[in-house]
Amino acid sequence: MPLVLNEEQRLLKDTAKEFLGSSAPVEALRKLRDEKNEIGYDKALWQQMAELGWAGIVLPEDYDGLDFGFMGLGAIIEESGRTLTASPLFSTVVLGASAILLGGSDEQKQSLLPSVASGEKTLTLAVDEYAHHNPAAIALSAKAQGENFVLTGKKVCVVDGHTADHIVVAARTSGTTGSTDGISLFIVDGDAEGLTRTRRWMADSRAVAELNFDKVSGQLLGELDKGWDILDPVLDRGRICLAAEMLGGTQEIFKRTVDYLKEREQFGVKIGSFQALKHRAAHMFTEIELAKSVVLDAFTAIDEGRADLGQMASFAKATVNDLYYLVSNEAVQMHGGIGVTDELEIGFFLKRSRMAIQLLGDSGFHRDRYASLSGY
Amino acid sequence: MDALETFRQEVREWLEANCPESQRKPASREEQVWAGRNQTFPSADAKLWFERMRDKGWTVPDWPKEYGGGGLNDAEAKILKDEMKRLGCRTPLLDIGIWMLGPALLEYGNEAQKQEHIPKIARGEIRWCQGYSEPGAGSDLASLQCKAEDKGDHFLVNGTKIWTTNADKSDWIFCLVRTDPNVKKQEGISFLLIDMESEGVSASPIELISGESEFCQTFFDNVKVPKENLVGELNKGWSVAKALLKHERKLMSEQETPAGTQITPVQAALDYVGTDANGKVANAALRDQLVRHEMKYRALGLTHFRSFEEKMSGAGEGNIPMIMKYVGTECTKEREETLIAMLGTQGLGWEGEGFNQDETLATRGWLFSKALSIAGGSSEVQLNIIAKRVLGLPD
Repeated sequence: MPLVLNEEQRLLKDTAKEFLGSSAPVEALRKLRDEKNEIGYDKALWQQMAELGWAGIVLPEDYDGLDFGFMGLGAIIEESGRTLTASPLFSTVVLGASAILLGGSDEQKQSLLPSVASGEKTLTLAVDEYAHHNPAAIALSAKAQGENFVLTGKKVCVVDGHTADHIVVAARTSGTTGSTDGISLFIVDGDAEGLTRTRRWMADSRAVAELNFDKVSGQLLGELDKGWDILDPVLDRGRICLAAEMLGGTQEIFKRTVDYLKEREQFGVKIGSFQALKHRAAHMFTEIELAKSVVLDAFTAIDEGRADLGQMASFAKATVNDLYYLVSNEAVQMHGGIGVTDELEIGFFLKRSRMAIQLLGDSGFHRDRYASLSGY
Repeated sequence: MDALETFRQEVREWLEANCPESQRKPASREEQVWAGRNQTFPSADAKLWFERMRDKGWTVPDWPKEYGGGGLNDAEAKILKDEMKRLGCRTPLLDIGIWMLGPALLEYGNEAQKQEHIPKIARGEIRWCQGYSEPGAGSDLASLQCKAEDKGDHFLVNGTKIWTTNADKSDWIFCLVRTDPNVKKQEGISFLLIDMESEGVSASPIELISGESEFCQTFFDNVKVPKENLVGELNKGWSVAKALLKHERKLMSEQETPAGTQITPVQAALDYVGTDANGKVANAALRDQLVRHEMKYRALGLTHFRSFEEKMSGAGEGNIPMIMKYVGTECTKEREETLIAMLGTQGLGWEGEGFNQDETLATRGWLFSKALSIAGGSSEVQLNIIAKRVLGLPD
């Protein structure tokens, strides 16, 4: 289980850092926010990212991908967390493409994945139906109608849900709410009849949508009633990748905060000389180092197909949730008055941290899941 | 198969053939094998296991062969450690000389000192203790006052050391002494090796909150110490001390439950709290406390491993060793707290009927663990070091 990046992965990380730092810094997100950009990301930027090979980075070569592994994708996503880059990388590559790859027929893969790799098509995954992540509680119904199924119900907080070309929807085909049996996955076209998509404007300025399904036609992905077997590992990939983004954001604001402690003067000295701040900063550093090890091991769990993937995903997400929470709060506090101004970018990270904490499971969800998976 | 895999195979076979069955489970306090002039063994198997490991040089696997070590490189030493862990083999010999003095002596000692002391440490012939802290010099270690005066052919040592672990059972002590009182405090300290049998040395145990008395106060009353026992240059002892503290901190960061309790917090929760119909620990708050700790504990293990991988591959920033004393000891304290929380009142038994050995060991271990974040540089001192050396925050 490698817990360090190899040379290729390090190079990729450096490239990502350079590209995102110059093409998509935090200012770019501020611009999207200020112009109330309906899409929520810059399409030209996404094309450039696809040209760098990022859209197909984890896809097999058969589907025009690079088959580079999640550890490499994680390195890119971590860098995108430092810049808060808005792009469909997460919704399309991590969530949507993973679902197609793990659950799709050859035909479904051939028809969708190469166009993902080229950056032409975007995807997403629609799971949650109320204010907390709870995939077992899926209620949106899908009923057989001829060769296809019709879907009725609601999904919330679907990342890039209002712009995705195709949406993988988790629906209930049998069983009761709360049961992991009886869930099935469907591919729904973004412009399908009966589908209403509404962008929701969130504090973090990133795009999520509410989707209302009124007898919307969907194509079955994977086996009927056995959708959980695909959904669960897809969500785990999402959780681990999100943890990488959050770890990137955490490190960025930690660095900015330590820099500020070295430059800001009060009472005639640098405030970084105060032990009250030093100890908190040093403690945060230790928490970051521990979390790095967890996230790296989680990526190894994906790439090596390890049986403890679910545990590692919950371990990583819970760990980084708590870390980002701590460091974002401290970053605001240690910046003092300027920390609560919109001018300083720290606020963007604070807002993103809370949204990312909620997405795909808060710490309570993941500690409960980790304990259950560990037999207690 | 590459060379390391061949080595692993050989180690595995050798351990299987040579480690007695009784030495393949954790040792209780009574079953430990310590170094010493008058070394005693708790059992014939323990003696056999010690002698076999000693003869391979594997009491100190990564020390040079010429001084009685095993001559293994980092990767090989890691393999030996892993394979011993896999089979559950006990550490064959315990001694502060192995963990702390030896590595510092290899770095700072002169050839005569290495020849004299290192093979004896490797063979378990001398038990060492450490004389650093004083009643007036704890976290501010450099303010120490125990003095050594130059008397021509010897040093004359007067003063006292405290928290000298097992000083009453040790043969030699390595000490920080003041050799120049008129300069900046770090610049007047020297590093001396003192035979505990010298006239004027005495040690008395201190009873701790755990009821144990591992720590002593050691007194030096006109003790004559030969000049050749000075390690490194006169008044340059602080650098030796710092090098040695690094080894101590590494050791403390790796320390497992100190009292050797066999029961894990998870098992304690399942047995003492009980489970609900879904197999979850029945008390939600305790379960959350448990899982938080288990994650921290596992993260620590992964970070140890990452540190090793970074070292082997030359990647990473190399900052992990700087944080491990702090996170390791804090995590151990938390583990002990978690364990007694899961055990409930059974985790607070002191002695006598009504408690099994695991339960009373948990009580004692919890109390003993409080010393871990104080000794060897307190957590607060560690945070100061991280703030200064890693983060570069100003004084």
